[in-house]
Amino acid sequence: MLSPDLNAAALTETSPLPADVVLQVRDLDVTYKAQRGDVQAVRGVSFDLHVGETLAFIGESGCGKSTLNLALLRLLPKTGTIDRGSIRYTRRDGRPVDILTLGREPMRQFLWAECSMVFQGALNSLNPVIRVCDMVYDTADAHGMTRRDARQRMFELFEKVKLDPARVFKAYPHELSGGMRQRVLLATALMLRPQVVIMDEPTTAVDILTQRSILDVLKQMRQELQFSTIFISHDLAVAAEIADRIATMYAGEIVEIGPVEDVFYHPRHAYTLSLLNAAPRLSAGKEALDSIPGNPPDLINPPSGCKFHPRCAFATTVCREQPPLLSVQADGHTVACHHADEVVAAGRR
Amino acid sequence: MNPVPVTAPPVVELRHVQRRFVKDGQVIPVIQDVDLSIFPNEILCIVGESGCGKTTTGKMIVNLLAPSSGQILVDGRPREAFRGREAAALRRSLQIVHQDPFASLNPSQTIEQILTFPLQRHHMVRDRAGLRRRIWELLTLVDLTPPGDIVNKFPHQLSGGQRQRVSIARALTVQPRLIVADEAVSMVDVSIRIGILKMLHRLRDELKVAIVFITHDLALAKYFAWEGRIAVMYLGRIVEIGPTPDVIGNPQHPYTRALVAAVPEADPDRTRHKPHLALRSEAIPKLTAIPPGCAFHPRCLYFQPGVCDTRVPVLAPVTGGDQRVACIPITEGFGLIPYQTPPEAQVILTTGSDPLP
Repeated sequence: MLSPDLNAAALTETSPLPADVVLQVRDLDVTYKAQRGDVQAVRGVSFDLHVGETLAFIGESGCGKSTLNLALLRLLPKTGTIDRGSIRYTRRDGRPVDILTLGREPMRQFLWAECSMVFQGALNSLNPVIRVCDMVYDTADAHGMTRRDARQRMFELFEKVKLDPARVFKAYPHELSGGMRQRVLLATALMLRPQVVIMDEPTTAVDILTQRSILDVLKQMRQELQFSTIFISHDLAVAAEIADRIATMYAGEIVEIGPVEDVFYHPRHAYTLSLLNAAPRLSAGKEALDSIPGNPPDLINPPSGCKFHPRCAFATTVCREQPPLLSVQADGHTVACHHADEVVAAGRR
Repeated sequence: MNPVPVTAPPVVELRHVQRRFVKDGQVIPVIQDVDLSIFPNEILCIVGESGCGKTTTGKMIVNLLAPSSGQILVDGRPREAFRGREAAALRRSLQIVHQDPFASLNPSQTIEQILTFPLQRHHMVRDRAGLRRRIWELLTLVDLTPPGDIVNKFPHQLSGGQRQRVSIARALTVQPRLIVADEAVSMVDVSIRIGILKMLHRLRDELKVAIVFITHDLALAKYFAWEGRIAVMYLGRIVEIGPTPDVIGNPQHPYTRALVAAVPEADPDRTRHKPHLALRSEAIPKLTAIPPGCAFHPRCLYFQPGVCDTRVPVLAPVTGGDQRVACIPITEGFGLIPYQTPPEAQVILTTGSDPLP
């Protein structure tokens, strides 16, 4: 369903994006105000999200991946501001939308109908005192969908995520298990047929077998309903399974982005390589793994040059002095590392 | 390969241990029946999903919880037989490191104060100089160097990884012979987990402690316990136990197989081409309504009606090694289905009530 109120007059005119790009981010900066100073949470982030693809953001906690995705939907807390950059979106009818200049009402319409989000910790995202059906009706009312249509749509979606629709629809969140709640969120995120779904660690707090069934359901839904996904995860294994492309974030910047096989088998940024060398694989037998030395950087006073240099085994003088620029190194594989060739030659252990 | 030192008597042995909790007048049998020995200087991982009883088992191992029934032996003697000084020594020799280093360290004490208390309480040091020397030694052991930078800090001034190292140093103050690490790295960033695990390995070698590592992360358990053993728990029982390479590489219990098949791998090709194992049901039974017989039978692909739903399986050896599994169809010759068999074939093999030849 397209949101009827999101009419062209309410939108800021912007030039069209390439036909296969549904969301385009350019040079985005996000800053949090803190007592000690400005936290440079996101710096100079640019990427394209293509129609139907799943793009996974990986990186340590505090690397800016959640902030970036809150910024995409303008859901940042009050202390956070977008200082620079553009976020543009193509609607199904091909009209481009400039998200950062959308007015209050069009933005409200945009959320959920065009772009929805599944947060981590399903219990926090569901109101404990209202039933699932009331939450669904709330959303339907806010977006001009009839309750009848909403009910029918949710019954279809609950079946797709392998839930018993009649039972779940009337249930309070506490009557559902963790895995069921996460599936309810997934289904409701798709209620208004959004083109983009942002998922922030959707399988972190669940058990192994529950995670497996959610991943399987997600893959199947994606195939049937053809939406684009931004997937945020600190779990490299989940990203390896679900993503078409991987973006590695460090200290608020995208340091490497490329097709999932390229990034996992031929990482070109020293940080991506270090992350992979710290990730155990269940079926890989005895493994020689290593932690990344040091701690994540202070984003109020980030290191000079390449922000990863104090923890990097490949670092030289140039890394301390000059920030590396993103450059295309292979087909669609872009990286910001002064020593990309040495990193790719070293390879994953 | 036999990494288990079977000759030495176990440090702690759980014999038919049960543990019930009462909540709102309802009895919750968290531990059904656990038999488990922990040998000196070994590494044992307990894995399982939330609610399977792994933390309760860990707390019983270190004497923080008493069993409702069954017996716990320490150095071959019943725990109740330890009195006075011996009981104090027993408490010292068994230590635990909790999951959340934000909650387990007193926020109003400095690191020095946190480490001083157990050292003085248990008379581990003679005088102030000895105390200071020992604190320096402990912080160096857990790689918090130089210790001078750490001692006067409060927990909130340290990173999660550093805090967890302090928790480990605190466990080491009383020179334990066994440490239970309960999800000790789950709250620590992926990039620095391995460093803490390597440190635990080193402590085990240098201090000759046994480490019981409790986790829900199978890949991490595999890495940490590669030279040791893994025990898989389901609804209050150990369903499979054995040397790690065997349990992970050739899992026998249907539940272990399902877990191993379900875990995603940090490798796109491997994870996308893993054989998947469908379960008969995804519903996890409530602890207050544990299915009769084998608790896994309502979800199990190998379910044999009349057998699995009536008889409780006990751990028995399979494959001729140290691997033991609690599954009647597998241990009583109903046919051992090779692990890599595709799931469709497994379903065919196990449908029907007749035992396989």
